[in-house]
Amino acid sequence: MEPSRLPGFLLRRGAKAAIVILAIVVCNFLLIHAAPGDPASVIAGQSGAADERFLAQLREQFGLDKPLHVQLWIYLKGVLTLDLGFSHRQQQPVWGLIAERLPATLLLTGAAFAFALAAGVTLGALAARRVGTWADSLITVVALTFYATPIFWVGLMLVLFFSVWLEWLPSFGMATVGVELTGVAAVLDVAKHLVLPAATLGLFYLAVYARLTRATMLEVADQDFVKTARAKGVPEGQVVRRHVLRNALLPVITFAGIQAGQLIGGSILVETVFAWPGIGRLAFDALLARDYAVLLGVFFCTSVMVVLFNLLTDLLYAVVDPRVEVEG
Amino acid sequence: MREFWRRFRRNRGALAGLVILVLIILLAAFAPLLYPGSPWEMATAPFVPPGEEGMLLGSDSLGRDVAAGIAHGARISLMVGAVSTIAALSIGVTLGAVAGYLGGVVDDAVMRFTEFFQTIPSFVFAVLLVAIFTPTIGSVVFAIAVVSWPPVARVVRAEFLSLRSREFVQAAEVLGKSRIAIVLTDILPNALSPIVVLSSLMVASAILLESALSFLGLGDPNLMTWGFLIGAGRSVIRLAWWMSVFPGLAIFLTVLALNLVGEGLSDALNPRLARQRGGAT
Amino acid sequence: MSLLKVENLTVALPPGGDRPHAIEDITLEVDAGEILCVVGESGSGKSITANAVMGLLPKGLAVKAGRIVFEGRDLLALSPEGMRRLRGARLAMIFQEPMTALNPVMRVGEQIAEAMRVHGAGAEAARRVPELLAAVKLPDPAATARAYPFRLSGGQRQRVMIAMALALEPSLLIADEPTTALDVTTQMQILRLIREIQSRRGTGVMFITHDFGVVAEIADRVAVMQHGRIVEQGPAAEILNRPQHPYTRALIAAVPQGAPGSAPPSSAPVILEAKGVEKTYRRTGGWFGPKPEVRAVHHADFVLRKGETLGLVGESGSGKSTLARCVVKLVEPEKGEILFEGADLRPLSRRAWKPFRKRIQMVFQDPFASLNPRRRVGEIIAEGPITHGAPRAAALARARELLALVQLDPGAMERYPHEFSGGQRQRIGIARALAMEPELLIADEPVSALDVSVQAQVLALLADIRARLGLTMLFITHDLRVAAQVCDRIAVMQHGAIVEQGPTAEVFGAPRHPYTRQLLDSIPGRGWTPPVIAA
Repeated sequence: MEPSRLPGFLLRRGAKAAIVILAIVVCNFLLIHAAPGDPASVIAGQSGAADERFLAQLREQFGLDKPLHVQLWIYLKGVLTLDLGFSHRQQQPVWGLIAERLPATLLLTGAAFAFALAAGVTLGALAARRVGTWADSLITVVALTFYATPIFWVGLMLVLFFSVWLEWLPSFGMATVGVELTGVAAVLDVAKHLVLPAATLGLFYLAVYARLTRATMLEVADQDFVKTARAKGVPEGQVVRRHVLRNALLPVITFAGIQAGQLIGGSILVETVFAWPGIGRLAFDALLARDYAVLLGVFFCTSVMVVLFNLLTDLLYAVVDPRVEVEG
Repeated sequence: MREFWRRFRRNRGALAGLVILVLIILLAAFAPLLYPGSPWEMATAPFVPPGEEGMLLGSDSLGRDVAAGIAHGARISLMVGAVSTIAALSIGVTLGAVAGYLGGVVDDAVMRFTEFFQTIPSFVFAVLLVAIFTPTIGSVVFAIAVVSWPPVARVVRAEFLSLRSREFVQAAEVLGKSRIAIVLTDILPNALSPIVVLSSLMVASAILLESALSFLGLGDPNLMTWGFLIGAGRSVIRLAWWMSVFPGLAIFLTVLALNLVGEGLSDALNPRLARQRGGAT
Repeated sequence: MSLLKVENLTVALPPGGDRPHAIEDITLEVDAGEILCVVGESGSGKSITANAVMGLLPKGLAVKAGRIVFEGRDLLALSPEGMRRLRGARLAMIFQEPMTALNPVMRVGEQIAEAMRVHGAGAEAARRVPELLAAVKLPDPAATARAYPFRLSGGQRQRVMIAMALALEPSLLIADEPTTALDVTTQMQILRLIREIQSRRGTGVMFITHDFGVVAEIADRVAVMQHGRIVEQGPAAEILNRPQHPYTRALIAAVPQGAPGSAPPSSAPVILEAKGVEKTYRRTGGWFGPKPEVRAVHHADFVLRKGETLGLVGESGSGKSTLARCVVKLVEPEKGEILFEGADLRPLSRRAWKPFRKRIQMVFQDPFASLNPRRRVGEIIAEGPITHGAPRAAALARARELLALVQLDPGAMERYPHEFSGGQRQRIGIARALAMEPELLIADEPVSALDVSVQAQVLALLADIRARLGLTMLFITHDLRVAAQVCDRIAVMQHGAIVEQGPTAEVFGAPRHPYTRQLLDSIPGRGWTPPVIAA
């Protein structure tokens, strides 16, 4: 896409993203009211539902006796000012709780994503190059295995193997408890704790990307322009890199970008297994305590992150694929 | 039909998957015979390792038979997988067909709606739904269906769009057939292949989703499911590894089998694509 | 010494194919400075021969016997690396489908430069690329070099392919049906370009085609292939005018020629009249983007009388198919009148259209997409009458009769479309249309997707049916030879408008509009009159 068209493209996509976020907020609102029981007790959560004073405060804050559209407006205003409610159980505003834990989740999902993408694309490309050989079969089987196993079970198996039996890696938390580390030592400590959770989360998506890359490469390898490149006398290695891979990666980028947002969902499971202090863990605890305010807050934040990721992916794709026309 | 089976059989993985699937279905069907009584009942001492005291796969923290739990859990998992897939298919096929065939404004509206559902992180949404509507088997099936229908709608819409402009459909229009007749006799039978393949994969992901929800404690509290067993075994993993390992293997085998069968179906229904995939010719 | 000498080349097919060898015992030569045309229908093995010479045979096809001697060297004895060094430098190839033959994410200039770089001539690329693009007559070579393929038309992409192939001045150019996917006017430009470049540089050309017109236009020598063998070979003049082998004679006899039978008098009643029909496609430009418009049909009035065949002739994008589809309501025009025996069809609702469905029917272009793959042939043919209330048994009986009419065996009733060949499927499509006993038959490029010999049979069938049933036909085609043979009157379309219309003899003999003249000029081999072959 011509660089001059970029601002207009961003504007359009940005406007779309804003509308989606608005729709999510409305969805949140509807969920509160669709749940069985009094909306106030839904928002208050299990521990708050017993506190009559808190309930009355909520009713006033959200105007629960007013008509529905007024309530929606109040809720919307709150969300836009990052007032996502108050957690009675933790005695803290929801946004504060989320902001505290967000970096840990981003670290985990970022590492998992990078690992999954790099390893997945490499393996998929390898399998496609050696299609039909034992290497291809091996990679395909391994990919299928990780694709078919539940993430949380993989996590537990890794803990069993590497923590309990081999005792090579720690099995919970982000840093060693009770020890004050600084500088490089602190980074290494976190890195050691990061290995198993990131591997767990990443292995599933590695399988997804490997399978996808293999499929698209096989498809592209069949196309006419690859034959043209060979007819020109381009050496085979270059044919694969400059012609096949460059085209095969386009759908992989799109898919990976969309998935990147969904990785956040998987982090709930991984963070639970490894007691990783991120928003996934926060959501799990909130679940146990029926603290719906926090749950809704987490849902909202993860949705916004997905929307942002999608926007980034669209942008990246538009830059990389010259055929993307400027459309709404 | 015979041609279809011949192509399916050529994919050895698919055949293996089918065998495994049949075995699991049989296990589920005969669970009350193989392990009579309720799996919630105490059968022996707690934490018996596998192979001892008649416990094939060991016993859990309350002395319940793990093997019985897995057998009974099979019924739940398969049932949840099947029902939620059917529900998701109903929504997805209808919306996709309507969008693909009618096009225009209707298509736009349905596509925006679908995109919205695909943007929401599906697992988080499922967790939220089950939590808010209190965990029962009904709410679990509902939640899974709600997050699973968008890919179906996309696929069906794409098929309908492509078929709508195919010449044999145009010929049907020129012959004077009614719109319903065209959709039912010309378009739908030719759109079935991808839907069939997708169904198999959807049952697999429904089972994964259900087990994840149960693991987090969001399953129906009265039902012993595979996810619940793993969740229960999590805190005592150092003591009793068998509580986590075996139910997980059960999930793995079922989902693997469904994926293999799905690929076999795809190869059998699309021989040209199979060659591209590097699979059976 | 000849440039290329193929001796007794045999390539095996994988087991389970319809014959053991893709090509068998192929012997041919190409000299420097001459054009050898290899002619054959689909499945004759002509492409495989070309691929074998280039060393680009697909996996699964192995050379069993023979030699390929190029510039004194046996290509089959070379290592893969040795062959790679020759490809693109000494011998080059261009392919059939220009729309998919270029890497979509690489700039055009970069792709040409790549051809030079891999052979060590990268330093000159910057200078040579604009030169090459100018040599193939592409406007604004500098801008074209920076463009991505999707911005170029099919004809322009084919020129880029030619430029790329000739970048290192190879002595042999193999062209595998390079103009088959192009419009007739573009085809003529490319053919002339190839001939010009070839004569200027003394390149030897091996040109694969199925069209004898193209052979007549450019060939010095001809080799005719059938079922993997060469059945006849020799100088072009000999083969074209005095063909010896029965297959060659059949192919030449199948080239459409001559004129239709006597046209009905112009006093026959008017069956169909189009007045002021307009159809414009607007692409949704999003929220702020431009909204491009395509005027698919605008000034396209015509009159069709009972018993005559009117041809709508034009290249792709001319609007001929769109106009035809407007008549049967597959496309809804915004304005105009479509009068069928006086009644205006355009404003009618779906329900009001139903009685007219029996009277106007259509035959489609793609034999592989025009029949529902999941229904039996008998059902397909009987479907129409059943929809209009005919009892099932009667409709099926009629279907059996129709199969006989289109010269298919009645056993076809129980079989599925995929069991039939392209030509047979077209016959089934014709039977389906005739089942409704229409007065007006619209044929949308009914033979364009068929091999030449099959084409002749289907055209003969249509002529026969037309005479027997007294059908009125609206015949859409891009092939002027076919139009000359089949149509009483012709309407030439360009960019959505009819630019000239009249009796065939007049339009082809004394064209008035410059576009018609250009079209006629572009018929390949129009100077050649196919000899009359005794049946």
